[in-house]
Amino acid sequence: MALPVYASPLERLWHRTYLVICAAIFLFLISPILIVIPLSFNVEPYFSFTKEMLSLDPSGFSMRWYDSLLTVGMTTPDGPRDANWWSMAWAEATWVQAAKNSIIIGFWSTILATFLGTLAALGLSRPEMPWRRAVMAVLISPMIVPIIIIATGLFFFYSNPCSVVGLSCGRLTSTYTGIVMAHATLGIPFVIITVTATLSGFDQSLIRAGASLGASPSRTFFKVVLPLITPGVVSGALFAFVTSFDEVVAVLFIAGPEQQTIPRQMWNGIREAISPAILAVATILVIISIALLATVELLRRRSERLRGVTPA
Amino acid sequence: MADATAVPPMSPALLTTADGRPLKAALQAAQARARRRAFLLVAPLLLFVVLTFIVPIGQMLHRSVYHDGLSSNAPKIAAWFAATPAGTPPDEAAWAALAEDFKAMKANKTAGEAGTRVNYTLPETRSLFTKTARGADKLAPPWHEAFVAIDPKWDDLAVWQAMRGASTAYTTDFYLIATDRTRDAAGNVEQVAENQRIYLWLFGKTFFLSGMITVICLALAFPVAHLLATLPARKANLLMILVLLPFWTSLLVRTTSWMVLLQGQGVVNDLLVRGGLIGDESRLAMMYNQTGTIIVMTHVLLPFMILPLYSVMRVIPPSYARAARSLGATSWTTFRRIYLPQTLPGIGAGALLVFILAVGYYITPALVGGADGQLISNLIQFHMANSNWSLAAALAAMLLAGVLVLYWLYDRLIGIDNLKLG
Repeated sequence: MALPVYASPLERLWHRTYLVICAAIFLFLISPILIVIPLSFNVEPYFSFTKEMLSLDPSGFSMRWYDSLLTVGMTTPDGPRDANWWSMAWAEATWVQAAKNSIIIGFWSTILATFLGTLAALGLSRPEMPWRRAVMAVLISPMIVPIIIIATGLFFFYSNPCSVVGLSCGRLTSTYTGIVMAHATLGIPFVIITVTATLSGFDQSLIRAGASLGASPSRTFFKVVLPLITPGVVSGALFAFVTSFDEVVAVLFIAGPEQQTIPRQMWNGIREAISPAILAVATILVIISIALLATVELLRRRSERLRGVTPA
Repeated sequence: MADATAVPPMSPALLTTADGRPLKAALQAAQARARRRAFLLVAPLLLFVVLTFIVPIGQMLHRSVYHDGLSSNAPKIAAWFAATPAGTPPDEAAWAALAEDFKAMKANKTAGEAGTRVNYTLPETRSLFTKTARGADKLAPPWHEAFVAIDPKWDDLAVWQAMRGASTAYTTDFYLIATDRTRDAAGNVEQVAENQRIYLWLFGKTFFLSGMITVICLALAFPVAHLLATLPARKANLLMILVLLPFWTSLLVRTTSWMVLLQGQGVVNDLLVRGGLIGDESRLAMMYNQTGTIIVMTHVLLPFMILPLYSVMRVIPPSYARAARSLGATSWTTFRRIYLPQTLPGIGAGALLVFILAVGYYITPALVGGADGQLISNLIQFHMANSNWSLAAALAAMLLAGVLVLYWLYDRLIGIDNLKLG
């Protein structure tokens, strides 16, 4: 944005100030995310920069906290790093277990949320859908209702899910199924929002064109509709995965010791013994989120190109 | 079609389809079919959400008005309370019923559960119940004297008053507690002593802090969104990454980073000390207090304010502002009278969204809030952890009501369909 030539000196000064303010706000947004990256290589168990780090002395940096992600929880962490050691780390290390759990739970809840959410979004974007507004409001509400309320409700419900119909059956607390269902519910609003947004620019006459050329409804769906909405579906799925991958409150309420996830492990780490190992995990997660952001951005552009929407 | 020709000639106004059905009916049938198809696509998800979201919250609401701690464990005395009018002093039948209940409760080890229920309305009753249950074997007629021998508190009519209130499974007691109220000796609702009023105060504080965070977010988001909306697309997209990256980064990572920055020996304090702005011994306490909650929540919620503002500002035509300037308005007047009113939809959407999300926040206050930066969600968790489930449910129900009103407002003013992500 350039100032017009007729701007007065006062306006020029204000414009400079405005740019400085904006820069400060961007710094506020981004610096907390970047600060953890150098600190995760700290040789000392502190959360602040040492003299060696500030003078860029190599002795001030180390990979020890990344190493501890593999060794913490292993019965015999010291030993030659052969195939046997790696398989032990894979089977025993606390953080590795947490990562496995997070990925398993994230994967299944994403599948569930994406499948059900896409189906529903297809129905919701039909003009004939009855009670559209009310149904939409209900389906989006898991995003709005405070997580503590959802977790409290699930805690009661999961302790005896069949009590609704007056029966007694097992419990869903401390089960993978329970957490996957809870996380799918939390991810569904994101799938609905992204897929309906993609469908809103969808040209309905394409379906009629397919039908007029003799394609069956299912063939039209798979050959015409699905390829066009895939970018929206994938970015909705990524949102759902991130939601599950980052969710800690429901896990704290309804998971058992078996379902230790990365956020739960971080939560415990932050509340109890805080060590730079947390920062090493944080750095890895920041890199993952950069990759996800890039993917979603590419998908968005692809979707706009496919639908013929020119970016503003 | 044979029978199509057999249909008697209709009035010319009534159109029919090829197979002779009135067009109106055929159209209605087709529309009903289309409606059904659309609904069938949504139905599986709706069922799923009802099961994993609506039903659990319903159960929570039920829990907030239901507690059978006394009525199920001491059924005899509950029956006596049901049979006698309020205020009846305990007679010998009541003492006998109570003695029988206590013997049963000792056998089932449930006196603590029953006492806990009464304890909500009258403190120290739980210990009275467990103490009495321990001596329940020695209870013998005359009952009244036997009870008083175990603990003279049994002569206190307040205990009986509290037990009467707790003797029904359905109760509004938890909402009374959650709104800092209690029942006096005559059963009238009154406020609790001033130094015991915590819940309404905490609700007030939660709303106040959320409002403050919303205002700070708006103040920070407005210039940034304006810059993004007026820059050329290429530059704006680059800067947009700085907004979207925090949005995509794990909440726990962001909170941890802020702990690194804000702690006593943290980066911000180090910079201030090195810059000579503060002394080494007077490092600022920016974490484990209200300041920490405000700073970190502002950072976490800022993208939710920037994104709606940006999408509104992007489509504001710059020609209006130019027209105002050409007609002699100063830049301030142009901003105030022309530009600002056009951004109001974005301000409304962002502010409501940030406020709704802030009111229910749990993780950030729990990690960086310390003692005075806790919000209502943290208190709900505290009561859940201490098995005060009904009280937690009542507090959660009140929070839910507040959030749903705001959500309804959002839907009316902005429309749920217009919610966008990135």
